[in-house]
Amino acid sequence: MPGESREVVFVDGVRTPFGKAKSLYAETRADDLVVNCVRDLLRRHPELPPERVDEVAIAATTQTGDQGLTIGRTTALLAGLPKSVPGFAIDRMCAGAMTAVTTTASGIAFGGYDVAIAGGVEHMTHHPMGSGTDPNPRFLAEKLVDPSALVMGSTAENLHDRFPGITRERADAYAALSQQRVQQAYADGIIQESLVPVATRSVEHGYGLATADEHPRPGTTVETLAGLRTPFRPHGRVTAGNAAGLNDGATACLLADAGTAAELGLPTAMRMVGFGFAGVDPETMGVGPIPSTEKALARAGLTIDDIGAFEINEAFAVQVLAYLDHFGIDAEDTKVNPYGGAIALGHPLASSGVRLMIHLARTFRDRTDVRYGITTMCIGLGMGGTVIWENPHFAGATEGDAK
Amino acid sequence: MTTYLDDAELEQLIATASALTADDEVVTRALSRDIALPHRAGTGVLITLDNGLDHERPNTLGPQSLGELNRAVDAALARPDVAMVAITGKPFILAAGADLSGVAKLTAPEQATAIARIGHGVFAKLADARIPTFCFMNGLTLGGGLEIALNCQYRTVSASAPAIAFPEVFLGLVPGWGGAYLLPRLIGADRAVKVIIENAMNQNRMLKGADLEPLGVVDATFEAADFLERSLDWAARVVTGEVKVERPEPDTGEAWDAAVARGRAVADQRVHGTAPAPYRALDLMDAARHRSRDEAFAAEDAALTDLIMSEELRASLYAFELVQKRARRPAGAPSKDLARPVTAVGVVGAGLMASQLALLFVRRLEVPVTMSDLDAERVQRGVAGVHAELEKLHGKGRISADQLNRYRALVRGTTDVADFADCSFVIEAVFEELEVKKKVFAELEQHVAPETVLATNTSSLSVTAMAADLQHPERVVGFHFFNPVAVLPLLEIIRGERTDDATLATAFATSKQLRKNSVLVTDTRGFVVNRVLLRMMGEITRALDEGTPAEVADGAVAPLGLPMSPFVLLQLVGPAVALHVAEVLNAEFGERFHVSQSLRNLVEAGRPGLYDWGPDGKPYVSEETKALLVTGDSPSDAEELRRRVEDALAEEIGLMLAEGVVAAPMDVDLCLVLGAGWPFHDGGITPYLDRNGVSERVNGRRFLPPGVASLLA
Repeated sequence: MPGESREVVFVDGVRTPFGKAKSLYAETRADDLVVNCVRDLLRRHPELPPERVDEVAIAATTQTGDQGLTIGRTTALLAGLPKSVPGFAIDRMCAGAMTAVTTTASGIAFGGYDVAIAGGVEHMTHHPMGSGTDPNPRFLAEKLVDPSALVMGSTAENLHDRFPGITRERADAYAALSQQRVQQAYADGIIQESLVPVATRSVEHGYGLATADEHPRPGTTVETLAGLRTPFRPHGRVTAGNAAGLNDGATACLLADAGTAAELGLPTAMRMVGFGFAGVDPETMGVGPIPSTEKALARAGLTIDDIGAFEINEAFAVQVLAYLDHFGIDAEDTKVNPYGGAIALGHPLASSGVRLMIHLARTFRDRTDVRYGITTMCIGLGMGGTVIWENPHFAGATEGDAK
Repeated sequence: MTTYLDDAELEQLIATASALTADDEVVTRALSRDIALPHRAGTGVLITLDNGLDHERPNTLGPQSLGELNRAVDAALARPDVAMVAITGKPFILAAGADLSGVAKLTAPEQATAIARIGHGVFAKLADARIPTFCFMNGLTLGGGLEIALNCQYRTVSASAPAIAFPEVFLGLVPGWGGAYLLPRLIGADRAVKVIIENAMNQNRMLKGADLEPLGVVDATFEAADFLERSLDWAARVVTGEVKVERPEPDTGEAWDAAVARGRAVADQRVHGTAPAPYRALDLMDAARHRSRDEAFAAEDAALTDLIMSEELRASLYAFELVQKRARRPAGAPSKDLARPVTAVGVVGAGLMASQLALLFVRRLEVPVTMSDLDAERVQRGVAGVHAELEKLHGKGRISADQLNRYRALVRGTTDVADFADCSFVIEAVFEELEVKKKVFAELEQHVAPETVLATNTSSLSVTAMAADLQHPERVVGFHFFNPVAVLPLLEIIRGERTDDATLATAFATSKQLRKNSVLVTDTRGFVVNRVLLRMMGEITRALDEGTPAEVADGAVAPLGLPMSPFVLLQLVGPAVALHVAEVLNAEFGERFHVSQSLRNLVEAGRPGLYDWGPDGKPYVSEETKALLVTGDSPSDAEELRRRVEDALAEEIGLMLAEGVVAAPMDVDLCLVLGAGWPFHDGGITPYLDRNGVSERVNGRRFLPPGVASLLA
């Protein structure tokens, strides 16, 4: 192993269209979703000899059934990678794919790998969140966590309590913006370029082909959102409209050592600068991205003002707004989630981290005036994760923009 | 609407045929979904064939299923906004072909014609469509399934599709929903003859998905992992014009003639003109080069009508069902719960047969196999023989290096019977002499556990007698293999008078593990296959001894279409063995089983049989051999002799059933199909005897009721 850290690049990322739980992929297997992503990634990069892949790290929050059996390894085998290519399964709930990226990137930096595939899958139809788990009774007996900590919607309500300035109206307005941005990004053909079509099985209807996300509701307005009920609390603020929803989907990306990428002719979409993970109170897990971002920035020697593009996972509108308020960023700023986010697209837990990176990579391509960007997300059980990336297309700052 | 058949008539045919077979048909639905095609190719309609059951019950195409497909295709083609139509199947299966379960209900030629016309009428729409039509062969694709694909304008296949074939000729039909016309025109007559004739007649050999593109059957091959996604992507690019499909024009001249001639030679070699299907298929393929599509389809309709209404097909479907179903659930076998585990096997004897048995047991059971013989050198030779066979299998890639190591280590030799102590199943393959075998079992009993199964591979001796003096006669069972052991699928399992259910159950369970099809037989001489074969052979050698010329005697049963003529079979078995078994059967059953003096003379002269083979590859009877033959003065002609043989067969099988040798005529037929390779189109043999009036002439009644393996009069 080399004594010096190596530079890690994000080559490319793809994903399946995200489906609504119990709908698009109800009869399609979770492993087939992620296998499709890996095969498409390799197809898009014929310059990469498959045997040069050193690791396949696939995240899933529930690692049983069609997400079980060490899904990174089964994915490698099912995708037709050479048997010499190893793989493993990884879990950090919502930040599974993000952790797959940071873990394999660390391995690349250390010299353990040259090329890795990282991704995630969550089939929330087959594996509702928390299914098959057995939380230790000490959590409640010793009041280690608040009883609401395991219900994500309730943690979001708790966040509204903590930040009274983030009202239902602000949350709905943000949600409507996310829907509009996704609608626009679809109209501009931005979303589609990273989608892998998936054959969907249905005993009743026959095979179909998933080519677009199922979750977005074009035409959503604050008015339509205002009428929705608040399932987690009477007179609460969190609704199905200002939260991400229950979804099925998978993602995968290709990471490489910069030197190897150059040797093989692999393109560089983003350069990894650094990352940070941080823990917070589980009952207000939504604030997690704040300390993780601060940690990542500090370690990278950057400040929030250096960041010109943000991809923050929209588990809940309130959690995005808490982050933006903390850093003094306007909720409608186009440097935040310019192509919309999880409120519209959906959030198949362990897969979403790479979806954020796909969007940021696209922003980097479009915005050569942006040098640094962030992908960040809140994580169940009270955590946040942040990865800082540098734009290889950066051509110098323009007047008035962030550095 | 096609030029072949108008819609109203097609719908009428479907309605009538559906009503006739409604009760039996498992309906395959044709489920249509709109697809947003990639590459801005517009909207496609994807039709999934799905009978709603799992892969154990493949999609089949009966009249209602074809009606479903007809409606789905009509609906898609009627839409102005649709850019293409594609057909695929449920997971792992496109379609296993026509639903043959309804064939028994077709009693009039018009009904058979209707089935042919419905398939043509529906499939022709795919060919004639104004927009591109595709078939995505995602898995098993047989017969009518393959014809859906051929009628479509474009085809893709999954590289992992396990079985793609036209089994029609194997079953007694022709690929008559367009296959006999379209396939040779697509890939040339030579390759089409291979697929339709040679493969079908070579134990129904099938192609794998990856074989198709090199043959020219499909336009593109995709891996199974994302087969449908890739197929749709490719199809979209065909629609947009980005992908252009070019197919070579087949040579319709001399190459075509040569291919058809080759097909006829193959058919002659296999069935000697006795089964109509391959010849009808070849006629259709021969004419395919000159005919228009609609002319060809009409000719296929006529051929299918004749064949569906033929006795041969009905017998063939009966035989197929025996092999598919009865062979897997042997009549009279005790509950498999009674079977004891077999954890180590002993093979007494280290000769050729014993080595074959040891090889089979070690490969299939993967337990220690101990071989023994009287002297160490013979044992060593036996074990070395098995090792050499294992090496050969490894050399052919049939077993891995690790398996080779494993199996080699499992095969051991000994000269000490005590080494069989931990065997739970011991089979003897020693000299065919009762006292020798009794001695072997008595010795074994000194060492093995009381419930260890003692099996005998005897072909002629009494299992009951062999067990008589043992302390535990209930553990002795007959386990009669056919030579070559690795190839022939039949195992006759013989219950001695005192064999208990646990022993029998263990024998059946072991047979299944060995991947053999077993039939339960009582302890009577010759069991089933040898008794029937020797009765036939006896009749023929009797005629020979009476002065019938050898060629006439040997050719008399040619109309049965047996896999080889009696004297060629005699040569294969060896005259000495044949003589020995004839003597045993003669001693048991009397003069019904003729012991031929001519045969005895051949054995004594050390001749390998009646025939020598000339430089032209044809057998002839040499002058020296002729001199050994007894020549009586009452020769028969072929016709008379065939009748005598048929009568003898009907009599013998009638007696076997009366004695309860097997449970039913089906078991006799199953034994002859699996153990002697007797043809499907004879249904084994009892349907042949029934349909030619032999059964009634000899026994006063049929073996099987009308309609079971024959046309309903």
